[in-house]
Formats: sequence, structure tokens, C-alpha cells
Amino acid sequence: MSITVDSELCSGCGACVASCPYGGIEVIDDKACITEDCNLCGACVEACTMDAIIWTKEEVGIEKVDLSQYKGVWVIAEHYKGNIHKVAYQLLGKGRELADTLHVSLTLVILGDAFDDQLEELSMYGADEIIYVKSKILKNYYSDLYTKTLTELITENKPEIVLIGATATGRDFAPRVAKRLNAGLTADCTGLEIDPKTNNLFQTRPTFGGNIMATIRTPNSRPQMATVRPGTFKKPEAKKRKVNIRQIDYDYSEKDSVTKIVKVINREKSKVNLEDAEIIVAGGRGVGKKENFKIIEELAEAIGAEIGGSRVTVELNWIPQDQQVGQTGKTVTPKLYIACGISGAIQHLVGMENSDIIVAINKDPSAPIFNVAHYGIVGDLHKVIPALIENIKKVKSAED
Amino acid sequence: MKIFTCIKQVPGVSEVKIDPKTNTLVRKGIPSITNPMDNNATELALSIKEKHGGEVIALSMGPPQAEEVLRQALAMGADEAYLLTDRAFAGADTLATSHTLGLAIKKILKDSGDEKKYLVICGTQAIDGDTAQVGPELAEELGLPQITYVQKCELKGDKIITERVFRSEETVIIESKLPALISVLKEVNDPRFPTMTGIVNAHEEMEVKYLNANDLKAGKENIGLTGSKTEVFKIFIPEKKGKHVVLEGSVEEMVQQLCNNLKEDKLL
Repeated sequence: MSITVDSELCSGCGACVASCPYGGIEVIDDKACITEDCNLCGACVEACTMDAIIWTKEEVGIEKVDLSQYKGVWVIAEHYKGNIHKVAYQLLGKGRELADTLHVSLTLVILGDAFDDQLEELSMYGADEIIYVKSKILKNYYSDLYTKTLTELITENKPEIVLIGATATGRDFAPRVAKRLNAGLTADCTGLEIDPKTNNLFQTRPTFGGNIMATIRTPNSRPQMATVRPGTFKKPEAKKRKVNIRQIDYDYSEKDSVTKIVKVINREKSKVNLEDAEIIVAGGRGVGKKENFKIIEELAEAIGAEIGGSRVTVELNWIPQDQQVGQTGKTVTPKLYIACGISGAIQHLVGMENSDIIVAINKDPSAPIFNVAHYGIVGDLHKVIPALIENIKKVKSAED
Repeated sequence: MKIFTCIKQVPGVSEVKIDPKTNTLVRKGIPSITNPMDNNATELALSIKEKHGGEVIALSMGPPQAEEVLRQALAMGADEAYLLTDRAFAGADTLATSHTLGLAIKKILKDSGDEKKYLVICGTQAIDGDTAQVGPELAEELGLPQITYVQKCELKGDKIITERVFRSEETVIIESKLPALISVLKEVNDPRFPTMTGIVNAHEEMEVKYLNANDLKAGKENIGLTGSKTEVFKIFIPEKKGKHVVLEGSVEEMVQQLCNNLKEDKLL
């Protein structure tokens, strides 16, 4: 596996250098050269207009998997205190689309206890089949028992796609299951589509902490596994439909797990619930310093909003981690999102760009946040926000 | 007891900037750093060693320049450092990466007389890829119990007792026998700064040992791009959506207009 440059053909234009996310190619003496940093991603091959970059893929004796044996789309549900996590419903919506495109069935898999009464309700969100693995001990999450059960189920039933919520639970067992199955797994996908040519799953995710998107595929193995952050896709409408329910009883005991849950500690539930908020006011680096966040709080109070922030505001300890919006924080879809002093790196945008209305306030007219904003104000937030608060108060008092 | 810490060299910014004129990545002047959570992993390894004894072994897979992050781990106090570097490792996804790291850990354990009690500590995720997959996949490679998202950890006899964050309103105390793998959050500790002596030692006295695919007896089909099940189909800078309306006028006028718009949208 290698990338080489045909120096006869290379014109030294540098298009490849600009295309490389790794700094893996440089132009030296008017010819492109591959450096140590090359990660063999092939971006330069596509960027080269002279066809001077050659990507050699050697065939190593890898066992070819018969991909046609694998059929169907699976969604793995997780739950907490007897309730199925909302990301499972969102995945069923997307899963239905994928299954329809592929003309295959959609299966919801639940590992738990005491879900018998909820199965009817759960069957209204697009699944053709529910596999309910019932075991008393699975009311709690055990990394190894989830891994074992899911690996067995997947090996036996051979789904082609497995979707998992990118929560602290999903991100714990998904890689472990993938590794045991020797399957590809893509984390935190923001887009999932079927390639019409090959029926492969295109899994798109932000990478490099931000400004670049990568589309990943798993062309030679199955299943194709992906995790998806809560809030990325919409929960479908409930509709009555006929669903085949398969219950499998497992007789697990605590001794079957190598780790032991000593104690569950409930912390006070965070007062801020960004994922369900109708209005969010969020601050970024442009707020300037921790003390200045007060102005964000005042605006939030005036308009009746929850408070969020970009990654940097959390890194600087201006706001707590659970108020972070973006790829490594929450994905939110409020009716109104007001971004104050946020430049709009992709890692932030993927967390809020599905909001109904986005307002951006930023000094820098070229800030990418304006590209997703419905209403943009170019200006100093320390002047704009006080004026905005005044105005909102006026509007609100006129209503009273 | 051997305590392994897995370290990744990453670009020293959490967001790679885009040149708005050429719509390409700005790479110049971005320093490479140790992935922040990996410093937490090394710190935890060192504090366990200070309390209970043992050896801290830092591992990294990457190009030769990743040696620098291992020197930093040595400067913090790690006893040994190994750089897994080979063109054949390039382009690895998390599956191939975890396999390579696993081979190195198995080799180091074997060469030192097959120690049975050991601990592997990883940062939960790296700031460039954010997948959080290498930790659990490495645990599977080594057949170890795993505890991820750890914000507190202590060693008691042959067990580790950890506090794992599940969701904002719940943490769980989980214990596991050694050997085990944990992946830590930045809340687990505050990494120490290397001392001057530490830095001098790390650069002048100590050695970063190189391991290549041959040293690890790695099968080509399991490493690098060839050993990866996922492949990058394309990398792109998303197109601008261009639905923006930039308001104009004085601050008062803009704010007034915004409020009118929001009122029309029934948001005020």
C-alpha cells in the first residue's frame, strides 16, 4: 500500500498540498513529495489534475467475506431506569430509511429486563422486528455481557448494518463488539447514506476536531457498524404497524461479569437540559472571559433560554462540561439558537445546525457561523446583547 | 507491576483552521502536542507507581516525530518508552491501531517474563479523531476487562476501584481485577509538569525504543491501511449553506429588526 508521485507528470502546482489534511505531501523543487506524515488517505490522488499521484493498493491475502450473507439493519437500544434512550427512536427513523433503500428489514434490539409492557409502544417507530434479550441482571449495564450477547446475536443473524447511540454506554460496548467481530466501526456519524452503486453505507463524520468532514465506508467486511450522537436524527412519528417480537431469555448472573458494580451514585440532575430546550443562548471565545458570561446569562433570562457554550468555553472552565454544544458536547435542536461570540467551527456546527432558527452575533463578518445563521449581526456582542435585552424586555412587557 | 500508558501525538489545536480564501487547511505553525487526556493517563500511571511501586511504560504509534510525546512522558517520570513506527502502520483505523498496540504490549510482557498482573491506561479519546474506540478495542485485543470514562481510580491489592461517568446525573463505582484496561477523563487528575531534571534526563539519558512491524511479528493483513476495515472514502470541507441574512444598520436598528423577525417567527 503506497502513494507515489510520477515526477514526469507532476507540474508542481501544489493542489495536492492544499488537499492533504495530514501535511503528508510537499512541493520541493517544483515536484510533489510524500512525507512521513502521509496517512494514505488518498485525498491528494483525487486533487491532482495531472494524474501524477499513484495510489498502489497491493492485494494481501485477506479472506474475502461473502457480503451477500449479511442482510438487514439493526438498531441497538440502550436504556436507563426502565426507559429506552431517545437516541434509539432517532436511529429507528434513520434505520427505516436505510432499510427501505436496501429493501431489507429493520430490527430493534433491546437487552434488558421488564420491557414486556413497553414492546407495543416501541413497535410504532418503524421496526419490522424486535429482539428482546431478557435477563434480570441486564437492567444494569455490563460491558462484557453486552459484548458477549450482541456478538453472539450478530454472528447468528448477520445484519449488514448495526447502529448504536454514541452515548457513554454505546461508545463503551460498540468498539468492543466491533473488535470481537473484526468489523469496522465509525464513531459519531452525522450522516448515513447508502451508496447507490455498491449498497455500502456511507458514514460521514466531522474529523480533526472540527473543520473537516470525512466520509467513511466499510467496503469489504460486514457488519458495517456506526455510532450516532443523540439529537443527530429526528424521532419518527408513531404509527401502528405489525412487528414480529422475538424474546430470548438469558440466565445471566452477576458472576458472569468480570467487573463488579459496587455502587450506583445518583448525582443531582443537571439543572440545564439543553437537549430538550426550546431556546438556547450560547457563548464562545468572543465572550472574552468568565466574568463576561454574565451577559449571556442575562440574555438567557430575558428570553427564557437555557445556556450553552462552545468547546473552548468549557476548556477554559467558563461553563460546565454538560453545557457544551458540539461534537464532543451535546447535539441540540431548539426552536431558537442564539450564538454569541462563537466563530462556528464544524465541531460546534454539527451540534446545533439543525436548530429551527439560528441567530449569530459576532465581530468577524467572515466567521463561519454566519453561513448557518438565519439572522446575523456583525458587531461587538458586549454592545449588541445589552441592546437586545432591552428590546426583548420591551416586546415582552408590551405583551403583558 | 507494569503500568502501560498509551499516548497519541495530535495537532495542538482542537480545531484545525480553514483558510477562507483558498478553502484549504492551515497547517503551518500548528505545533504537535500530546493528546491532553493521555497526559492524564500518564499522570495516573505515575501516581499509582508512586504509591504501589511498578514500572510505567509509555507507548505511542505514529511517525518518527511522535518520539517527542514519548520524551515528554519520560520527562514526567515514565520508566520506559516505545515508539511503534513503520510505514506499514500508516493509515490504520482504530481496529488496526488497537491490534498494533496490543502486539507491542504482549511483546513487552513476554520479554520481561510474562507478568500476569498489569494495568493499561488510555485517555478516553483523542482531540483529533474523537472516536474513543482504541481503548475498548485494545482491551478486547488483550482480552482484558475494560472500564471507560473513568474520573477516579485507585488500586487496592489486585483490584482497581474506579468511578465511571455514565450520564450527567449518574456515576457508577466499578471494580475489576487486574490485569485490566481503563480509559480516563481529564477529571481524573491534574497532570504534573515535567521538572527541568526530568526534561534533561528524558532527552539525554533515556532511550525511546523503536518497534517496527517485524519486531512485532505483525501480519500485514492486520496492520495499517490493509488491516483497516473502515476506509476514508473522501475528506471534504462542507459547502456553505448560504441561507444567511446579515442585518444592517446601527446596533439599535439591527436589534430592532432581529426582534421583529423573531416576533414574526413566533419566537418572542
